[in-house]
Amino acid sequence: MPINYYIFLSIALFCIGVAGVLTRRNAIIIFMCIELMLNAVNLLLVAFSKMHHAAMAATNPNAGIDGQIFVFFIMVVAAAEVSVGLAIIAMMYRNTHSVDVNFLNRLKH
Amino acid sequence: MSKIVYLVPLFPLIGFLLNGLLRRSLSKSLTGIIGCGVLLVSFIISVVIFMDVRKEGFEPVIVNLFDFIHTGKLNIPFAFQIDQLSVLFMLIITGVGFLIHVYSTSYMHEESSQHFARYFSYLNLFVFSMLLLVMGANFVIMFIGWEGVGLCSYLLIGYWFKNLDYGNAAKKAFVMNRIGDLGFLIGIFWIISQFGSVNFLEVFAQSPNAPTSALTGITLLLFVGATGKSAQIPLYTWLPDAMAGPTPVSALIHAATMVTAGIYMIARSNIMYTLSPVTQTVVAVIGLATAILAATIAIKQNDIKKVLAYSTVSQLGYMFLGLGVGAYTGAVFHVMTHAFFKALLFLGAGSVIHAMHGEQDIRKMGGLKKHLPTTHLTFLLACFAIAGIPPFSGFFSKDEILSAAYAKSPAYYIIGVAGAMMTAFYMFRLYATTFLGSFRGTEEQKHHLHESPPAITIPLIILAILSVVGGLVGIPHVIMPNAHRLEEYLSPVFAASTSAHTPPEIAAGTEWMLMAASAGLALIMVIFAWNKFSKKPELGEPQGFGAVLANKWYVDELYDAIIVRPVNVVAKFFNTVVEKSIIDWIVNGVGKLIQYGSRQIRLLQSGQVGGYVLLMVISLVVLFVVQLFLRK
Repeated sequence: MPINYYIFLSIALFCIGVAGVLTRRNAIIIFMCIELMLNAVNLLLVAFSKMHHAAMAATNPNAGIDGQIFVFFIMVVAAAEVSVGLAIIAMMYRNTHSVDVNFLNRLKH
Repeated sequence: MSKIVYLVPLFPLIGFLLNGLLRRSLSKSLTGIIGCGVLLVSFIISVVIFMDVRKEGFEPVIVNLFDFIHTGKLNIPFAFQIDQLSVLFMLIITGVGFLIHVYSTSYMHEESSQHFARYFSYLNLFVFSMLLLVMGANFVIMFIGWEGVGLCSYLLIGYWFKNLDYGNAAKKAFVMNRIGDLGFLIGIFWIISQFGSVNFLEVFAQSPNAPTSALTGITLLLFVGATGKSAQIPLYTWLPDAMAGPTPVSALIHAATMVTAGIYMIARSNIMYTLSPVTQTVVAVIGLATAILAATIAIKQNDIKKVLAYSTVSQLGYMFLGLGVGAYTGAVFHVMTHAFFKALLFLGAGSVIHAMHGEQDIRKMGGLKKHLPTTHLTFLLACFAIAGIPPFSGFFSKDEILSAAYAKSPAYYIIGVAGAMMTAFYMFRLYATTFLGSFRGTEEQKHHLHESPPAITIPLIILAILSVVGGLVGIPHVIMPNAHRLEEYLSPVFAASTSAHTPPEIAAGTEWMLMAASAGLALIMVIFAWNKFSKKPELGEPQGFGAVLANKWYVDELYDAIIVRPVNVVAKFFNTVVEKSIIDWIVNGVGKLIQYGSRQIRLLQSGQVGGYVLLMVISLVVLFVVQLFLRK
């Protein structure tokens, strides 16, 4: 499959994710959109890794493996970040009984 | 000898520090002992140095203390130059200064001990500065002393600082001095530019090779400094106002020492002046004009100290006349005799003021002869001396200047004799109005009239003896050949000038005639004034032309209109327009700008999480665009 399809799909997923982060009010939905952005990037990395492997398989049987390894790193980071983020949301709910981010404008003071 | 030279100014400096820093703890007697003691020590050391210097063929000794300024090729050491001229002035300063310090212990005894000590510390600082001035080996050290005496003059004139008028008089003295000092400074800069050095020996050795225009410019600028310091036209009006200070201050600073600084400076630079005939003419003319102007004003003054102040200005004019016609020895001789009799006159006036409990108007005095015998006799001797009656000291010194003036131009002599006649007239008007006739004050003042204590009368007696015999060191050649000791003593200092331009000789017969004429005319005026004012003293307010003289020819009012008011207008403009509107606007504006800016930036902190995330996204996009598309 031509690499363009993967690139377009990844960009579309990423922009949907960004739009979601900017516009949604529910904190959990915002988290889901962040995960969406990360997965878009993962998809792109794997796609490029496959592309490099296909191009250079003759000389180097391990070509393009960096992309796939980097995906693992991103997944680890995503997991850590989600755990911390959900803990914060839980605290937020305990204090304000809501997960609406607009409630957090106490930083103004 | 060079090992003890630095002690001479050191002791008054120590006296200044002790009396100044410990003024709240010292008793009055201890203050007086410190103040006078240091002067006595300085005087004794000066005498010891003098014994060395007066030997034949003494070469100037330079005592280097340390390097003061050393940049590139310019080296200005802090050094003293001991030669005949500086030692003579040192003796006058410390000797007459010591007598005045002793006098002050009694005159100022009514002050509280703290202010008494402040007075003596200022006086000692003054003597230190004056010694620096005369002992300096280059123009810069002289200038340090020059500024120091100006400062002390300000401090001492405004000694009774609670009186605003006295403070204004002190300010006036300092500002006018400063104007002169500007000329002096520019002169020093020119000297450095022309000669590459400020040391006297080097500058004077190179002077004959310098272009006359440079020498004329330098000497004129230095003379501007002298007009400020020594109260010549146009910068003389501060001296009569300076009488606001205590009388011993007037005696020391404004009669015997500070005002002679200008004459010392010109006498020291005599070779430069001899090589600039234009400047010499300027000096002589201004000196003569000042002498006459001040004498005319003195005729109609009614404050005992003001008469003496204008008399000082007038006598300084004579000294400058002497310098201007090349009679350097005569001018220095007159400095010496003037120090004696003018200090005596001022101290005697102080004694009278003390007896009259602060009254200074001579119209309210009279008949003090029997109440104040010692003061009367010494004052009378001083009046004879200043009038130029032989064999008192003033006659010899004044006559030397007048004969040199005649040799230059008979017009100088005639005008000078007119001034001498006026001097005799107003001095004996002062004497007769104060001491002769009957007492015109109140009964209560009459009860309190008494002779002053010995601390006052003994300096008067010593100065009187000096005024009488002081002239005998300078007997002119026509009376007794080879008896002019002062001329022999000072000849090495003026040797270069004498060889560059030998003063014209006057025939012996002419000189006898000149002496007889001036002495005779002065004597006539003495007798005339004595008779006139002992019988009928001038009691009323001056009328007509006399009022013009009494109002000092309205010179102060003229200066006020021409200079003081415009300067005040300019200052006011700078204050309201430049300072308040422009500079303050800029400085306050910077503050206001920052406040406004921070208010706006604070609005970014809205607390809306969404807003923060939006900003993050936008900045990421911007970075992305910059990295990919704008960087090649």
